[in-house]
Amino acid sequence: MRPVIEVSAIRKTYGRTVAVDEASFTVNEGEIFGLIGPNGAGKTTTMECVEGIRKPDRGAISVLGLDPFRQVYKLQERIGVQLQQAQLQKRIKVWEAVDLWASLYRKQKVNAEGLLEQLGLADKRGAWFMNLSGGQKQRLFIALALINDPEVVFLDELTTGLDPQARRAIWDLVWGMRLQGKTVFLTTHLMEEAERLCDRVAIIEHGRIIDIDAPERLVARHCSERTVILDTPDTTAEERFKTIRRVESVDHAGLRFTIRGRGDDLVTDVIQCLSESRIRVTDFRTILPNLEDVFLKLTGRSIRE
Amino acid sequence: MLRGLWKLTWIEIKVFMREPMGAFGSIVVPVALFVLLSRFAKNRLSPPSLAVSSFSHEGVPVLVSILIAVSTVLSLVTIISIYREGGILKRLRATPLRPQTILTAHVAVKLLLSAATLVLMFLAGKRYLPPGNHSSLFSFTIALLITTWSISSIGFLIASIVPTARFAQPIGAVILYPMVGLSGLFVPVDLLPPGFQAVAKALPFTYAVRLLQGIWNGDGWWNHASDVAALALVFLVCTALSAKVFRWE
Repeated sequence: MRPVIEVSAIRKTYGRTVAVDEASFTVNEGEIFGLIGPNGAGKTTTMECVEGIRKPDRGAISVLGLDPFRQVYKLQERIGVQLQQAQLQKRIKVWEAVDLWASLYRKQKVNAEGLLEQLGLADKRGAWFMNLSGGQKQRLFIALALINDPEVVFLDELTTGLDPQARRAIWDLVWGMRLQGKTVFLTTHLMEEAERLCDRVAIIEHGRIIDIDAPERLVARHCSERTVILDTPDTTAEERFKTIRRVESVDHAGLRFTIRGRGDDLVTDVIQCLSESRIRVTDFRTILPNLEDVFLKLTGRSIRE
Repeated sequence: MLRGLWKLTWIEIKVFMREPMGAFGSIVVPVALFVLLSRFAKNRLSPPSLAVSSFSHEGVPVLVSILIAVSTVLSLVTIISIYREGGILKRLRATPLRPQTILTAHVAVKLLLSAATLVLMFLAGKRYLPPGNHSSLFSFTIALLITTWSISSIGFLIASIVPTARFAQPIGAVILYPMVGLSGLFVPVDLLPPGFQAVAKALPFTYAVRLLQGIWNGDGWWNHASDVAALALVFLVCTALSAKVFRWE
């Protein structure tokens, strides 16, 4: 896989605040790469340095082989950008914005009307920006980011403030971008979004990148805990559960047992124990760790705090 | 460099015209003011003295033109700070659009607006204008455009320092109106105390007023080359300064 974005040891400070601290990562061609962390962690600053909108104090960045700051106009021809909390002129019409954007790029391959159609904005083409819903505004910004058929698409907090239905519609669009062979670099503070969308994620906190990998591998590496919750009237069950390999604790309240342990085999082992001992259960479920837990583990705090 | 300039300018014109209050305030108010002041000067003040007729003949057009220029620049300051606050400038900058193209488009819109207002003013107030003076209307419009263009650079400087869009209009007014007060529009510069005279000579409006009054009275452009040069100098200095301190977000 060819690296499309290479960031090495960039640092950016605002006065005494260190926004990005020695961040390094690589984004490969054709992947969806996510920068995840809480608000204020340095996600946007990092992304804007890569886009060439900001200049890092030190460190090196290369995007498609270009220096994003010195060759920003060359780069902007080849990338598409959606900025966090951007606005357009209140009374600009949807088609006017798309038409203006289309005129700004040298290569004009994308069919603007087709793009609006694809993004579900065709019937809104004459509407003023200020009268669009949050989801429609975001879709318009996606249209603007895609108008030049970019090789790399930057999406900053794409679905923040959208309802779940609009969010899912936007995820489909992002998958669509990857199917077209584009590289997607996004930021999000929504762990579910990162888990569903991203091939790889970098976890950032206080401007530092703590770890980078595929979501499931981050979970496997940092969170091996597994939890099984089941209901059974069998009073002898607790003793049997305690004999299962790698079980660390068994708690129960009434009929409900909570079995905590480590390793991918825990769930299988519990099922095997139930079956061998012929323990009758009336409810059974598992709790598997996710990126949220990884974040909590690595930073000592929840991302929602 | 000019890629997108015409399209952006055209869109900004359309966006402006869709804002009812903006179009009303910038076009209707100066025109109405001109007509009212002219009527007042002509009819209500009797007997019409020499001073009154001189005021209606040259004072009112220059006064209203300066007000057009100031309100144009104030609306430029306001729109730039609203665009900055809303992230519109930043969004436009994250395209191959050059920053100077974005700002040029805004100045172009404002210049067109000034010219349109002035033309409407002349049409509406035709009968108050002195006879035989109409040949200089074109020159006068050009003089007003040069004035607005020059002062717009002060507008960018103000737009660089205002913290939020809320303060854009008041801060701009506080900076611009005192300059107008000393410009020789109300009291000739020669009659001001020496200290104020020195200040007035450093202010762009002084040259703007001299240029507008001169052209209105039928002077040739050559007589006002120094005024145009002073206005151009203001533009160059303020543009260079704001290029250093302008904030895009």
